[in-house]
Amino acid sequence: MNYVSQIVFALVLIAGIGYFAANLKRLIRNIRLGRDLERTDRKPERWKTMILVALGQQKMVVRPIAGILHIIVYVGFIIINIEVIEIIIDGLFGTHRVLSFLGGFYDFLIGSFEILALLVIVSVVIFWIRRNIIKLRRFLFSEMKGWPKSDANIILYFEVVLMVLFLTMNAADYSLQQLGSEHYQQAGAFPVSQYLSNLITPLGESSLILIERSAWWLHIVGILIFLNYLYYSKHLHILLAFPNTWFSDLNPLGQMNNMESVTSEVKLMMDPEADPYAMPEEGDEQDVAKFGASDVGDLNWVQLMNAYSCTECGRCTSECPASQTGKKLSPRKIMMDTRDRLEEVGKNIDANNGVFKEDGKQLLDDYITREELWACTTCNACVEACPVNINPLSIIVDMRRFLVMEQSAAPMELNNMMTNIENNAAPWPYNQMDRLNWRNE
Amino acid sequence: MSNSIKVPTMAELTAEGKIPDVLFWVGCAGSFDDRAKKITKAFVKLLNKASVNFAVLGTEEGCTGDPAKRAGNEMLFQMQAMSNIEVLNSYEIKKIVTSCPHCFNTIKNEYPSLGGQYQVVHHTQFLRSLLEEGKLTIEGGKYKGKRITFHDPCYLGRGNNVYQAPRELIEKLDAELVEMKSCKKRGLCCGAGGAQMFKEAEKGDKEINIARTEEAMDSKAEIIAAGCPFCNTMLTDGVKSKEKSTSIKVMDVAELLADAEDL
Ligand code: SF4
Ligand code: SF4
Repeated sequence: MNYVSQIVFALVLIAGIGYFAANLKRLIRNIRLGRDLERTDRKPERWKTMILVALGQQKMVVRPIAGILHIIVYVGFIIINIEVIEIIIDGLFGTHRVLSFLGGFYDFLIGSFEILALLVIVSVVIFWIRRNIIKLRRFLFSEMKGWPKSDANIILYFEVVLMVLFLTMNAADYSLQQLGSEHYQQAGAFPVSQYLSNLITPLGESSLILIERSAWWLHIVGILIFLNYLYYSKHLHILLAFPNTWFSDLNPLGQMNNMESVTSEVKLMMDPEADPYAMPEEGDEQDVAKFGASDVGDLNWVQLMNAYSCTECGRCTSECPASQTGKKLSPRKIMMDTRDRLEEVGKNIDANNGVFKEDGKQLLDDYITREELWACTTCNACVEACPVNINPLSIIVDMRRFLVMEQSAAPMELNNMMTNIENNAAPWPYNQMDRLNWRNE
Repeated sequence: MSNSIKVPTMAELTAEGKIPDVLFWVGCAGSFDDRAKKITKAFVKLLNKASVNFAVLGTEEGCTGDPAKRAGNEMLFQMQAMSNIEVLNSYEIKKIVTSCPHCFNTIKNEYPSLGGQYQVVHHTQFLRSLLEEGKLTIEGGKYKGKRITFHDPCYLGRGNNVYQAPRELIEKLDAELVEMKSCKKRGLCCGAGGAQMFKEAEKGDKEINIARTEEAMDSKAEIIAAGCPFCNTMLTDGVKSKEKSTSIKVMDVAELLADAEDL
């Protein structure tokens, strides 16, 4: 009889983890659709950035209220999940509270889990109120309608349900311990659930066992569902924040990458000795690739990982000068669009036996409009604000590069500016020979 | 008065067999824009006063390519960069000072991998070091107790983490330095960057320079200090359209220092 539940548990566990592994594989495949980018230099600095920004949540506390609440939920969530280790062992081997041999330390662990669980519930309720009742401006942009809005709330409900199940399980366990029920040896401290326990003890042993077992099963099944929900949610950042910050751009924010493909062309143009008919060297096929980006495959893999890591928090958008003054641009939308398009491309590949079938769509125009792209002042406020070191600006600039270098589709005034630079080395129509006139004025 | 300034060019110095200690990169705005030319001259006066051995490129200088790059024209940017680097390297330039944060950022960060490696400083950093070395002294006098706020240029502050140099200079004037609601790392853009200076803004409900000017007005400052010719223009326009030109002045930090010394 006992074996049945152990086998069921093992199957549930394998299904949950297996499905997650499949999603993870798809995620990595999609990120790899991006262009190559070498970013493994300065390793000590990378580890440090990851520890400070992802683990230490350094950039979250810039906004103290949300920051501290987020840290509680995050710490609570991670620490309470230590409990999952015990649940898995118990489930597989038919034991009960197998770690209780730790004695006083076990009591301490369970006691602190309970307090954290309560804090998590309180924080999540405040988050829900901020999102749904106070309606902070950054949660109300057009890109937050529909699924993103439901997603944010679903996660909050999920967290409350998981925490309540955890406390209920403990409460029933504690009641059973008090009643001296078989299998329920004295173990753990229950600073929060003891109050709940007082309420349910009168239900009697068999009902309590039913409650305890149900809460136990729902809790672990809930965690597995949550794990698999991540891939479809902005909550992927729980996992991706780590690699995403490790692979951050560590250069000064003002520094934009120099395109190597352009460098070779410019050198050729400027070098009088160069043979314009020279055959491209081997391994130079990259040069044939188009300049800039019109679709997700033209972005590099870090930019694509950025898109999956976005928490949709809107800190970028609320700091963006264009967005603040009512322009269409929202850096958060740039990231969400990139992810949506990447998912679309990924599904297309899945549906067509591993090869992308032309679908007549692209990131430019079908998702991100030119109006958005041209509204950016390249001020880096979004990059600075992002709690997981995402760089929306780099995508904007790569798309501008496509518009200008592949399509000559810059706004007219910018074309004038560029013609001026080309002709007289200044963005205005002044003669370079007059450049020093100020000396004598 | 203005004919009293000394501005040698690299070509002139080289002909005399001299080498300057530092090259002053004037930039397009500093060379051509009427408002920015005043900043250029104020800075030169301070350089002259401190007897700095400097030179400019004059007609051999060309746009760094910053607005082209940020508009997406990497090709034009790299062409500008390479021809500037050729000139700079032919004069064996080691150190560059510039009063434009866009030139500063581009030459400092984006030229090295194209073959141009120099020590690059913003003019506020350079002035601070002149003060530290005692080559220049500033007396508060005129600006004592005045409320001055500093607008962080994106490419100086967030872009390159230079927040202190301009502020320390303002404090040297014995002025009361006040901060705007968003400042330093979270400073609000003036609206000019990313080539926006050269085009109309997209449709919205406000101009960015107006939003920033309002923040400056909220700080109750009498003077908005800037460290960038483009921010200067944007904020001057902002103050004008708010009809506050008589009560709020927009001045470059170099102008404040030069004016305090009656240069
Ligand atoms: S860099 Fe562009 S998108 Fe980012 S905050 Fe500035 S204007 Fe907005
Ligand atoms: S890009 Fe960063 S700041 Fe913007 S919504 Fe995503 S996680 Fe938040």
